[in-house]
Amino acid sequence: MRHNRRGEHIIRLDGVGLRYGLGPEVLRDISFALPSGSFHFLTGSSGAGKSSLLRLMYLGLRPTRGRVMLFDKDIALTKRYELPALRRRIGVVFQDFRLLDHLSAMDNVALPLRVRGVKEAEVRKHVPELLNWVGLADQINAKPPTLSGGQKQRVAIARAVIGRPDLLLADEPTGNVDDHIAMRLLHLFEELNRLGTTVLIATHNQGLIDRFPQHPRLHLERGTVYEAEEVPA
Amino acid sequence: MKLGRHSDLPLKGDATGRFLPWLVALMVYLSAVSLAGVFVLNGLVRSWDHDVSGTLTVQVQPVPGEAGEALTDERVRQAVELMRRTPGVLAARPLDKKQILALLEPWLGNTDVVKDLPLPRLIDVTIDADSNLDLVSLADRLSRSVQGATLDDHRIWLSRLINLSRTTEWVAIAILVLIGCVTSATVIYATRTSMAVHRGVIEVLHLIGAHDDYIARQFADRSFALGFAGGLIGLALAVPSLTAIGWAARRIEGGFLPSLSLPVSGWVMIGLLPVAAATLSMLTARLAVHATLARMP
Repeated sequence: MRHNRRGEHIIRLDGVGLRYGLGPEVLRDISFALPSGSFHFLTGSSGAGKSSLLRLMYLGLRPTRGRVMLFDKDIALTKRYELPALRRRIGVVFQDFRLLDHLSAMDNVALPLRVRGVKEAEVRKHVPELLNWVGLADQINAKPPTLSGGQKQRVAIARAVIGRPDLLLADEPTGNVDDHIAMRLLHLFEELNRLGTTVLIATHNQGLIDRFPQHPRLHLERGTVYEAEEVPA
Repeated sequence: MKLGRHSDLPLKGDATGRFLPWLVALMVYLSAVSLAGVFVLNGLVRSWDHDVSGTLTVQVQPVPGEAGEALTDERVRQAVELMRRTPGVLAARPLDKKQILALLEPWLGNTDVVKDLPLPRLIDVTIDADSNLDLVSLADRLSRSVQGATLDDHRIWLSRLINLSRTTEWVAIAILVLIGCVTSATVIYATRTSMAVHRGVIEVLHLIGAHDDYIARQFADRSFALGFAGGLIGLALAVPSLTAIGWAARRIEGGFLPSLSLPVSGWVMIGLLPVAAATLSMLTARLAVHATLARMP
């Protein structure tokens, strides 16, 4: 179910800052918004805070200051029991995949559906279809430790998109695959985007970004986000 | 059936699965022994309560000398007569020498050596428990009317025995509560250890939108299964022990001790201990997981 019409903001950060413990602020004065149905790349040098920013956006962290509005809800004011419903509307591709090693590729991808209580017959219909689409039809029963880096990444992507999320956040989703697979995965993200999912992809891969010039770029530098054209010299 | 539900967490290989059942088994064993103690003591207290409220004993000192036997018989007759005339007394029955010797047998063994001694004569008096019989004035009247006769009210020493039994009963209940607390603490420790081991999996489930209860339920199911398995082991060890204690107690009964057998309700309660242990483990694990997850963002 889509709650946000195209043109409204699906996520908005206002003056957000983040520090770990008593350390320095790793993110500061972050203010930007992703319109519903948009497709953005997030760039920035290694250690600039891309993963921390994504963690804030998928509710893996709370900001130490500022306001995060997600699906029109102020996260600071949202009751804890309401958060799972918001998280279910977000698909995340973690940089380190975070697959569950004791589960097969099938069961890993099925997790978001099972968590929502989707009937097993539906799970067994949709998950193999998607695994086939990402080129892993023959690895459906394989467990992550037996998969290559690229295969794990595709399982992680399949898990992120199986629930048709309203917001897809991907941290270096093409870091371990060859160009051909990378393009195929980007086309999958675009397809999802056409169906209404808002997409934000954090990546180092400048070559890949250049192939999709139609998508705007956010750049993270010195803990702050800039629109690509306003990055300071 | 709870035990077969789907689980995303690899809890089956956990180290907790190896020690928790044995710990619960020990706890259930101790609980069964304590519970049996509570039931047996409760039965004793009840029977003593009944004795205290329902009976008195009149003791008539034997008269020495050749004519003493006849005189003693006459005093016994007078005392029985007096007791029977007293309102609130339902029956007064003098015990013959054979019965008196039978009462002494558990303490003195072979009574052949004492049967020729001048023994006090006893009258078993049954009173109406609801009547407000004034025992002090009755004892006074008896000792004035019949020489050498005294009224033995069991209440004082029996009430002390009952107090002791009641105290022991409460101690046994306190032990049961403590066993429950120790079991809960162990389950909390085991659950937290398991959560620490599987922190990565829990985080993934949490981030893809699992409700806390979805995760807690998986730990709770596992705890229930381990608790139940441990409970059955404990029960399997407790039943032969209790049966052996019961058998040994029956051998020394025969007037010296009241019945020490465990009533059916006691066996039923002990039979339910594995379910109680499993339920306690399940609820404790569930609460422990909720408490830990509440600290996640």
